[in-house]
Amino acid sequence: MTVQALDPRRVAGKIILTSLTQAGRLSLFVGESARAVAEWKIWVPRAMTEAYHIGVGSLFIVIVVSAFTGAVTAFQASYQFQASLPIYIVGTLIVESVILELGPVLTGLILAGRVGARWAAELGTMRVTEQIDALDSLGRSPYSHLILPRIVAGVVMVPVLTVVSDVVGIVAGLLAGLNAMPLLTPTDFMQGAIYYYRPFDGYYSVIKGFAFALAITVIPCYVGYNAEQGAEGVGKATTRAVVATSVVILFLDALLAKILLSS
Amino acid sequence: MIHLEGVRKAFGSQVVLKDVDFDVKEGETVALLGPSGTGKSVTLKTIIGLIRPDAGTVLVDEENVWTLDRAGLKQMRQGIGYVFQYGALFDSISVFENIRLGLTDETQYGDLKFAEDRVVECLRLVNLAPEVAKKMPGELSGGMKKRVGIARAIAGRPKYLLWDEPTSGLDPMNADIIDALITRLDDELGVTSVVVTHDVRGAFRVADRVALLMEGEIVLQGTPAEFIASDHPKVRAFLERDRDTSHFAA
Repeated sequence: MTVQALDPRRVAGKIILTSLTQAGRLSLFVGESARAVAEWKIWVPRAMTEAYHIGVGSLFIVIVVSAFTGAVTAFQASYQFQASLPIYIVGTLIVESVILELGPVLTGLILAGRVGARWAAELGTMRVTEQIDALDSLGRSPYSHLILPRIVAGVVMVPVLTVVSDVVGIVAGLLAGLNAMPLLTPTDFMQGAIYYYRPFDGYYSVIKGFAFALAITVIPCYVGYNAEQGAEGVGKATTRAVVATSVVILFLDALLAKILLSS
Repeated sequence: MIHLEGVRKAFGSQVVLKDVDFDVKEGETVALLGPSGTGKSVTLKTIIGLIRPDAGTVLVDEENVWTLDRAGLKQMRQGIGYVFQYGALFDSISVFENIRLGLTDETQYGDLKFAEDRVVECLRLVNLAPEVAKKMPGELSGGMKKRVGIARAIAGRPKYLLWDEPTSGLDPMNADIIDALITRLDDELGVTSVVVTHDVRGAFRVADRVALLMEGEIVLQGTPAEFIASDHPKVRAFLERDRDTSHFAA
């Protein structure tokens, strides 16, 4: 490595140029996907198939993770519970934790790994085996055939899975709470749940689901679509897609909390 | 007619095409020969607009491929069938659906009866049984995948066929079958073909004219007889190397 390569100005310049290039290419990618909306006869049937794969295929893992998360939240609540606090607070704690944070974020991270990795690998393989070039060569848009169906399917199904995760997490939290805290009754739990619950909390959870869905769909599709040659290129694309999506989900989580909850 | 003039293409610091001038006339079959990695496939992809050259002109039917708008590029591509090196079949859909995608006319694509008939016809043209249509690409051998790729390329009745290494990776018997298929399809369909290959024997068998691409430039264009008679040192070196390799393989 030369001394020039270590020059901070060069490194900074390279990072800025790479970031701007990627941002530009991502914008074009999103623009081309939006343009493909007109070809609805092509993408609608494919989107339904993808939606089925995401929804049914991810349901089990989402239920398992949500159930354990709700249960662990209840166990921690019982461990930290102070006798000076009213017991219905347990219901508040579990419901608000699950709806505002744990349900959407964990669902997002699970789907980033399960769906995002799969799509990045699929599209990357299609790129390196010239299947995407083949579509182009036939005068067909890869965006209406491959990209838009995945984005639409994700944007529909991720919020649905988020709601499922919320419900399962709360029910598991209730059952675990009843088991861990003999003094807690379902009535107390419901009282706590309703007392501090605002309808906006549910909307917030779904809004997060939509925001995460965009990250889970657009980033892996973009990274896979632009995969470099060979098996190594597909492997790198898959890893990059999962890492980038996970980081963006956490970033969006903080951003949405700041924007929507601070007020 | 396909016309390339002064085409240059570099990937990073690696210059693949320096200055390519290349012509294909109506109805003829031209083989683009050259060692691996000399930019033959890149040349082919610039013709159909899959790779944008850094400089130069690419004309198809006197239309500059790289100044066409979106609709024009789509229309131009619909007149060209591209046979990919490894078939490039979509492995999540059946052979029928793969070939049906080649029906570039949306009305024909949407007419299931027409599509079924056309798929069977295309399979017949590439010597495959109609039952193959029901199979998934993963169930096919390498040679069959190539033939399905050809069937997809001809499904839309293109005016031009671009063949990217049609015989690479095949045993000599299957390579001969594909060579015979190229000749037969050119005759039966009346298409204009560009065949990219490093197989000299196959190129001489199928082509009306041969062009040799070496070190980013077309070294020679001519009939197979002119090619063999050429005393150009690069042509001689390429032919000698092929002969040596053939002996080694034998």
